[in-house]
Amino acid sequence: MSTAAAHSPRRIAWTRRRRAVSGAWREYRHHRPGMIGLGILIAVVAMALAAPLLADPSGLHVVTTTQNAAFASPSDFGGLGTDKFGRPVLTQFIWGARISLLVGLAATILAVLIGSVVGILAGFFGGKPGGALMRVTEWFLVIPFLPLAIALAAILGPSVKNLIVVIGITSWPSTARLIRAQVLTLKERDYVDRSRALGASDWHLMTRHILPNVSPLILANTTLTVPIVILSEATLSFLGLGDPQNASWGKMLDDAFEAGAVTLQAWWWIIPPGLGIMLVVLAFTLCGTALEEILDPRLRDRRRA
Amino acid sequence: MSARLVTGKLLGSVATLVFVIVFNFFLFRVVETDPVGSLFRGRNLSQSQRVELTKQFGLDGSKAHQFVRYLEQTATLNLGRSYTTNQPVADEIRRKAGPTIALVGISSVLSALFGTLLGIAAAWRRRTAADYSIQGFTMATYAMPDFWLGMLLLTTVGVGLGLFPVGGIVDPSSDATGFAKLLDQAKHMVLPGLTLTLAYLGEYAIIMRSSLLDTMREDYLLLARAKGLRDVVVRNRHAVPNALLPVVALAAINFGLVLAGAIAVEAIFSWPGLGLATYEALKGPDLPMLQGLFLVFSASVIVFNLIADLLYSYLDPRVRPS
Repeated sequence: MSTAAAHSPRRIAWTRRRRAVSGAWREYRHHRPGMIGLGILIAVVAMALAAPLLADPSGLHVVTTTQNAAFASPSDFGGLGTDKFGRPVLTQFIWGARISLLVGLAATILAVLIGSVVGILAGFFGGKPGGALMRVTEWFLVIPFLPLAIALAAILGPSVKNLIVVIGITSWPSTARLIRAQVLTLKERDYVDRSRALGASDWHLMTRHILPNVSPLILANTTLTVPIVILSEATLSFLGLGDPQNASWGKMLDDAFEAGAVTLQAWWWIIPPGLGIMLVVLAFTLCGTALEEILDPRLRDRRRA
Repeated sequence: MSARLVTGKLLGSVATLVFVIVFNFFLFRVVETDPVGSLFRGRNLSQSQRVELTKQFGLDGSKAHQFVRYLEQTATLNLGRSYTTNQPVADEIRRKAGPTIALVGISSVLSALFGTLLGIAAAWRRRTAADYSIQGFTMATYAMPDFWLGMLLLTTVGVGLGLFPVGGIVDPSSDATGFAKLLDQAKHMVLPGLTLTLAYLGEYAIIMRSSLLDTMREDYLLLARAKGLRDVVVRNRHAVPNALLPVVALAAINFGLVLAGAIAVEAIFSWPGLGLATYEALKGPDLPMLQGLFLVFSASVIVFNLIADLLYSYLDPRVRPS
């Protein structure tokens, strides 16, 4: 290895970043709630990925389960019993994890992407243009999420793709506000001034100096947005806006409620989907809080105090 | 609080309201080129019905013409007619606002009260078994979908034990009036109220706990202790009032949000409020009703955000501009 390559700015930067990541992981490993959350997540994701091995998808369709008894309790049918159409609840639960996680992750990525771009632009270009962007963000912040998402989903129609789009484009404003606040302090740092004096363009400053410095915050924020998004998806699906072809846990609860599972006290149909949502939300919240404490400099000081 | 500050915030809220009104128009008219077609997807719709529906929704004529008519109507609080009941949307909303305000109001106060108390209790006993159990409980209630919690309570306490009525706001077979009717309504409110209280208490507990822990590190508390004040006095008289600030702001903001957030819970308990109206309008689908409800929900959030904002700058001198 030549000395020139070892000391190239890019290489130095990557070495520093790799060290920061492994340092953060070392701290994360000792964060008990964070590790519990990570454990739950790995288990649920593994179950969702292994769905074809764990449960025959023919159990999801009304036409292929006619030989099963309807509303059979777990002691009569085994597993987690059956629903109104004789479909095994366990099969639906395993396959439902896929949809809930897919919508949760995809909509979060969309929301955080929009929020980060708006936040960085609003923070970097202060003054009139940044202020105008922030004004728009605040407007979207006050529009109540649920009615807006309901109106959009009703207009677009129920499908997994539309759920992702609807939740994604309604969940970005809080991320934008958070990122902007951080960018406002970052752009006043000396190294940004120095880089600008050396002739760096706005694009260079934003992608090389601002973005790498807000990315830990973006990561923590992403992890904390997923639980909110998953709960939103559950509510929208429960209100009848879920994809009937690809039932998530929220859609399962909608089906159960519509079929009168409450009156029939079919607890085996009601408990699993809700418990699944609760566990995943809890796990992401635990992971996100841990990441925030480790990556957010203000919270890190507080934790050590 | 200076008059200028209040005027500024008031104008900001009015601007936001105007934005919502304009946005409401575009949301229902421009996002999709054919809302009639997509709302009635999969149903037989003759050409004449389609023309009639388009006219009924105010979707005929040019976009600019529609926009002006929409602004005129909204300014005079004419929100159109409901597609399912053929009643004016404004009247329907006025009639259904009462039950929602009662349910949401009572559960908001209860969740703020009990959530704050739990948060205080957890912060005092920081890192003890009590703290961890309170945190576990509040995290669990926070992570549950509120309608699922409602379904569980309905299945166990409602249907299973038969302790409380499982739906509606009054017993349809009773013709009680006065106090007896009020008692009947209160009984109907127990399960939905308990659901919303439990669902929203976690947030208060989490915020109160961390706010109190922050406050307890302040220098003036060290001084209070150094003066020889008893721990109870230091906490109740010096720490808690200051730590309450974010909770008060959260309560004001939440009241606006919960109004729209109770949709699924109202649907489960057939509580005849704005949430159930939304649920039914969605099944209809009743476009003018949805549009009107969206406007009312947004306006309520804007109003309560303004209240929270003013309250905060009144209570906390630090955010008051000099």
